[in-house]
Amino acid sequence: MKKRTKKLINYNAYGWFFVSFALILFCVFTIYPAFESIWLSFQTFDEGAFRFSGLDNFKRMLGDKLFFKSMANTFLFLIIQVPIMKVLALSFATMLNKPKLKARGILRTAIFLPCVTSLVAYSVLFKMMFSMNGIVNNVLMSLDVLSESFQWLQNPIWAKIIIIIALTWRWTGYDVIFFLAAMQNIPAETYEAAQIDGSNSWNTFWKITLPQLKPIILLTMIMSTNGTLQLFDEPMNITMGGPANSTLTMSQYIYNQSFVYSPNLGYSATLSYVIVFIMIILAIIQFRITGDDAK
Amino acid sequence: MKIKPKFTISTKKINGWITFIILLIAAVISVFPFFWMVVGSTNTSADVTMGTMSFGSALKVNWNNLVEKASLLRIFWNTAKTTLIYTFLSVLICSMAGYGFEKYRSKSRNLLYNVFLISMMIPFASQMIPLFKMMNKLKLMDTHTAIILPTLAMPFLIFFFRQSFISFPTEIIEASRIDGANELRIFFSLVLPPMRATFAAGFIYSFMKQWNNYLWPLIVLQSNEQKTFTLLLSSLSSAYFVDYGQLMLAIVLATLPILIVFLTMQKHFVTGIVGSSK
Repeated sequence: MKKRTKKLINYNAYGWFFVSFALILFCVFTIYPAFESIWLSFQTFDEGAFRFSGLDNFKRMLGDKLFFKSMANTFLFLIIQVPIMKVLALSFATMLNKPKLKARGILRTAIFLPCVTSLVAYSVLFKMMFSMNGIVNNVLMSLDVLSESFQWLQNPIWAKIIIIIALTWRWTGYDVIFFLAAMQNIPAETYEAAQIDGSNSWNTFWKITLPQLKPIILLTMIMSTNGTLQLFDEPMNITMGGPANSTLTMSQYIYNQSFVYSPNLGYSATLSYVIVFIMIILAIIQFRITGDDAK
Repeated sequence: MKIKPKFTISTKKINGWITFIILLIAAVISVFPFFWMVVGSTNTSADVTMGTMSFGSALKVNWNNLVEKASLLRIFWNTAKTTLIYTFLSVLICSMAGYGFEKYRSKSRNLLYNVFLISMMIPFASQMIPLFKMMNKLKLMDTHTAIILPTLAMPFLIFFFRQSFISFPTEIIEASRIDGANELRIFFSLVLPPMRATFAAGFIYSFMKQWNNYLWPLIVLQSNEQKTFTLLLSSLSSAYFVDYGQLMLAIVLATLPILIVFLTMQKHFVTGIVGSSK
C-alpha cells in the first residue's frame, strides 16, 4: 500500500500535466463566465455602465409574462418530445439488435443518418416542407386532403407539432447509437439463458435489457433534458419563435434579451440562471428515479 | 412436442418480417430528407415546392445563383478551417485530460473531474454573455479564434475518453515505465494506437459539433468574410424571397462533408461508443 502511494506521488506532476490544458481552458471559459453571470444578474446596464441593482432583475422576471410563456413552451417540448423519442429509440435499438435481422447494417446506418445533419440545415428543410407553398401542402392538395394551402407554421398548435416532429426526426438516431452500444455489452449468454428458461421477447426486454440499460438511459435522459432546455437552433430557424411567441424557447428569449431587443445583459444573466436551477433540479429527480444502481 | 417447434419458427418468421418492415419505414423516413435535398438542388425553386421527386436540370443555375449571393469558397474554407482546428485541439486536450483523470488518480483530481461533470449542467446561455464581453475586451470579436477557444475543453468528451481509458490495462503502462519509457511517449505511442476507435468516435463527435455550431458564431461573427455554413443557411432561408433550389444546393454542400466523415468512420464511431459504455 505504501509503495503504491509513493508511486502515485512520483507521477502526480504528470497527472496534473495531462489535465492542465483542459483545466486552464475550463477555468477561463466556463468557471469564470459562470460566476460572472451570477454577478451580472445583480446588475443593470444603463447609460453605458453596469450598476448594482440588487434583486431588481429577479423582481422583473417574476412579472415577465413572456419569459414564463417561453418556459411553458420549453417544458411542453420536454414533456412531449423526449418521452416519444426515448420510446422510439429504445424500440428501434431493440429491433436493430436482433442478430437475424435482414439488411441490418443498411437499416442501422439509415436510422443513424439524421443525426449528422446540422441543426440549422434540417430546420431549414422542415421549414421548407411546411411552408405555404411547400411540398406538404402541394402533396396534400393534389391528394384532395386539403382544398387550399394551409399555413402550418402560422398555427400555434401545428407550429409546435412540427417542431416536435423535426426534433424527433433529428435526434432519435442519436439515442439509438447509445442504446445499441450499451446493448452490445450485454452478454449473449444472458439472452440464451432467458430463452432456455422460456422467456418471450417482451419479458426479456423488461427483465433483462431495460435494467442493464438503466445507466445509459439516465445519461441520454440528462443529455436530452439539457438539449431541450437549451433549445435554440430549431425554433429560431423553423418558426422564429412565432406565431405570436407560441414556439419561443427560454434560450431564444435570453438571446433576444441580450442581442435583439435593447441589450439587457444583467437581466439575461438572471434568466439564464433560472435554466441552471431547473437543470439541476431535473437531474436530481432523474437520478432519484433511476435509483442507486445506475452508478 | 413435434408440432411446437414448427409453430415457434413460423411466429418467429412473422415477427422478423414485422420488425423488418417497421425498421424499413423508419429508415425511409430518416433518409427521405437527404434524398429530397439532393433532388431539390437540381430543380428550380418552383419545381421544389411542387414536390418534384426526379432530378431536374437546374443544378447549374442554382450553383450560379448561390455563387452570386455568397462567396462559397470563402465560407467553405472558414467552416473547414475552424472545424478541423477545433476538432484536432479538442480531441487532443480532452483525451489527455481523460487519460490524466483515469490513469493518474488522486483525490484532488477526482474532485476536479466531478466539477467537470457537474459543469455539463451549466447551459451555454449563462456563459454566453460573459463570453461575449470577454471576446469584446480581448478584441477577438469577428475572429475564428473566438469560436474555437471557448468550448475546447468539452466535459462530455473528457467523460467519454476517461470512460474508454478504463479498459486500457494499467499493467501495460507500468511495464513500459519499467522499461524506461517517458510518460508522454507512453500516451502517444502506446495507448493511442490501440484506442483508434475511441479517438475516431471523439473525432466525429467534435467535428459534428463544430461544423454545425450556430448560436455562438451567430453572436461572434459579424462580417461576411468570416461567416460559416450554418450562418449562410440561416440567412438564405430567412430572406424575403426564398429561392428553394439555391437553398437546397447550399444545404447539400453544408451536409456533404459531414456525411462523408460519418460514413467513412461510422464503424469506429459505434465501436468507440461501445468501448466507453462498458
